[in-house]
Amino acid sequence: MHCSFLSWSRLGAVLLLATANCLAQSPPGQRLYSANCAPCHGPTGAGGKAPDLTAPRYRHAPNDQALFGIIRFGIPNSGMPLTRHLTDQDIHAVIAYLRTLQETSPPPARGNALAGRQLYRTKGNCSQCHTLQGTGGATGPDLTDIGARRSPAYLRESLVNPEAAVPENFMVYRLFSLIPDNFLQVRAVTKDGRRITGTRVNEDPFSIQIRDSSDRLHSFWKDDLAELHKDRGKSPMPSYRVLLSEEELDDLVAYLVSQRGGL
Amino acid sequence: MIRAACLAALLALPLAAQVTYERLRSAASEPHHWLTYSGNYLGHRYSPLDQINAGNVARLKVAWMYQVNDLNKFETSPLVVDGVMYISEPPSNAAALDLRTGRPIWRYRRTLPPDIRQCCGLVNRGLAILGDLVFLGTVDAHLLALDAKTGRVRWDVTVADYQTGHTITVAPLAFRDKVAIGIAGGEFGIRGFVDAYDAKTGRRAWRFWTVPGPGEPGNDTWGGDSWKYGAAATWVTGSYDPGQNLLLWGTGNPGPDYQGAVRPGDNLYANSLVALDGDTGKLRWHFQFTPHDTHDWDANQVPVLVDDLVATANRNGFYYVLDRQTGKFLRAVAYTKQTWAKSIDDRGRPTLLPNSAPSVEGTPVYPGLHGGTNWFSPSYSPQTKLFYVAAREEGTLFYAGDVQYTAGALYTGGSFKGIPGIEPSGSIQALEVETGQRRWGFPLQSPPWAGLLATAGGLVFGAASEGYVFALDASTGKPLWRFQTGGPVFANAISYLSDGKQHVAIAAGHSLLSFALPD
Repeated sequence: MHCSFLSWSRLGAVLLLATANCLAQSPPGQRLYSANCAPCHGPTGAGGKAPDLTAPRYRHAPNDQALFGIIRFGIPNSGMPLTRHLTDQDIHAVIAYLRTLQETSPPPARGNALAGRQLYRTKGNCSQCHTLQGTGGATGPDLTDIGARRSPAYLRESLVNPEAAVPENFMVYRLFSLIPDNFLQVRAVTKDGRRITGTRVNEDPFSIQIRDSSDRLHSFWKDDLAELHKDRGKSPMPSYRVLLSEEELDDLVAYLVSQRGGL
Repeated sequence: MIRAACLAALLALPLAAQVTYERLRSAASEPHHWLTYSGNYLGHRYSPLDQINAGNVARLKVAWMYQVNDLNKFETSPLVVDGVMYISEPPSNAAALDLRTGRPIWRYRRTLPPDIRQCCGLVNRGLAILGDLVFLGTVDAHLLALDAKTGRVRWDVTVADYQTGHTITVAPLAFRDKVAIGIAGGEFGIRGFVDAYDAKTGRRAWRFWTVPGPGEPGNDTWGGDSWKYGAAATWVTGSYDPGQNLLLWGTGNPGPDYQGAVRPGDNLYANSLVALDGDTGKLRWHFQFTPHDTHDWDANQVPVLVDDLVATANRNGFYYVLDRQTGKFLRAVAYTKQTWAKSIDDRGRPTLLPNSAPSVEGTPVYPGLHGGTNWFSPSYSPQTKLFYVAAREEGTLFYAGDVQYTAGALYTGGSFKGIPGIEPSGSIQALEVETGQRRWGFPLQSPPWAGLLATAGGLVFGAASEGYVFALDASTGKPLWRFQTGGPVFANAISYLSDGKQHVAIAAGHSLLSFALPD
């Protein structure tokens, strides 16, 4: 008998009737992890669009108490949601499971991080749009701790197919999301005929702020715009599929994976 | 000379309030004050003041600000009476402010236990006033009467046990010689109720259980013992019909929120409007908007009484018109995107679309968890005969999950998240009160958490999650004024006169701002 959370779906309302026998076969923490955490943190905890949880330390959670708070309440302005439906006991079980994940050693990176560092600065021209350790452009996300926030597979996919990795920050409970961080690409035409294309920095009912490809900030009252187009799912980042060889992609990913913001 | 000055001072600052029931009942005859949560008993949140109007609102400026020393959401709707503004502050505090300057006259600070269970923030939405007392509900589920003159506690009663997930965030409603209060805790499997207390003594006059017990009508709409944890919380202030001595109060989701299998049946009186006799708390009528809800679509909105009608924009995405005497269903019209109801029949019962129930894989549904609208107030203008609502356009992926009741623990049976790749938005909408037909809409960037105030100046004041407080033309929706407050707004505006000048006040971020035209 399968005892994964997913197999229960076939039984619909029988969700409630999970037997003690079934529960005994997979640790409750693992079961809860698979249902609630794996979609973002990956089935093995090695990360995906959310951080690698096999890392020895977590940036937002130095101890169990802090980790409990993050699982219960989420992290504002991030993809980490709150979990209303887990009991305190459930959360402790998830934490216990995460601690076992941290004991597993991560697979060695395939590429050469040192070679990747060179590619980042030269052929890749990444710093034109991305900041790394305080240096670089602001058009795209800051990569200083990208290795702690994304898995190698996710980073590789982002390089070859940037539009598969456009960030989503549209949380259902984004009460305090004062600044969107999804780098939405917009095109604006002012009433006096100026055209501005760039990344949306912020927006509200009355105004919009846009950073163009030269890193220049523009602010408009919407009343002054003749047109405003939002190119959802678009990324200004080129695909590196052609620009870099397979080996170079591995090297660049290895370099990005090594960027853990001090962790 | 000294005597004359003393007399002038007395005239300028009247003695502490004696707010009789008659004054509350005829609040419209003193539009310079704001005496109840919604400004009048009928739930209109409408100011008959017209000094600020379409012609001059562009010049509106901040007159004063008052800051709270607490980082929880600041949701208060102030009361204004006789030169004093009374506000609640998060988590369960209160203050009286000098109306002219915003300077505090007194402050009440409650010491709270550290283990309060709450789903959605340690907040409070406002006070009620009657006689020389102001009433405050607390997140440890007490109801307090404070001396309006000093803020000192006159009585303090335990409404429910906070350790089993009961909290009070709702503004009380004072009527006749009583004060009515609702309860929150719909995510903790509480059994909901509306209570009324003797305003002078704090003795409980009656309790109406929003989930009927065994042998009571409606108990058979709950399978097995599920009624025990049936929730149907009452966390938004109702309205009052003085002529019928009838309290109209909305109820929230059944417990558990997302897992309907454990509570087969319609689950009365969850997601309903209940009409209660003011003297006895006996149910006169009810109307259930969402039978057997699995999407947390609380009917916790302020019902708006207009002529013979009750109008309400429900969290389930439909605007409803009911008969005020009987609760009979008259009309329902969708005012936001909705993907769950095929139709609403002539008795108001929805026919469901397939595949709208929460699932283990996640089911996308509009409106989302937070609904087409939420707790923040609608407004009705007798001038335009329009019903104004701050509407949310946001879907949710609803997940069903395992559930077991443990006292004091969350009891939701599932989870939720946003629909990836879709940017939620919102709007301010003006609906014809009788038909629900949309007259105009003003687009918002993010789903709103702030209510509306219509005024006789032909304006609708609202606020945005990005911090703007704004005024729209009540007839056209055209924006006429805006002010960036610097913090998201989770509150409803009010209006009053101070020194003969109209002000509009609203909480934004962690401040209360009062606006007026410059001299």
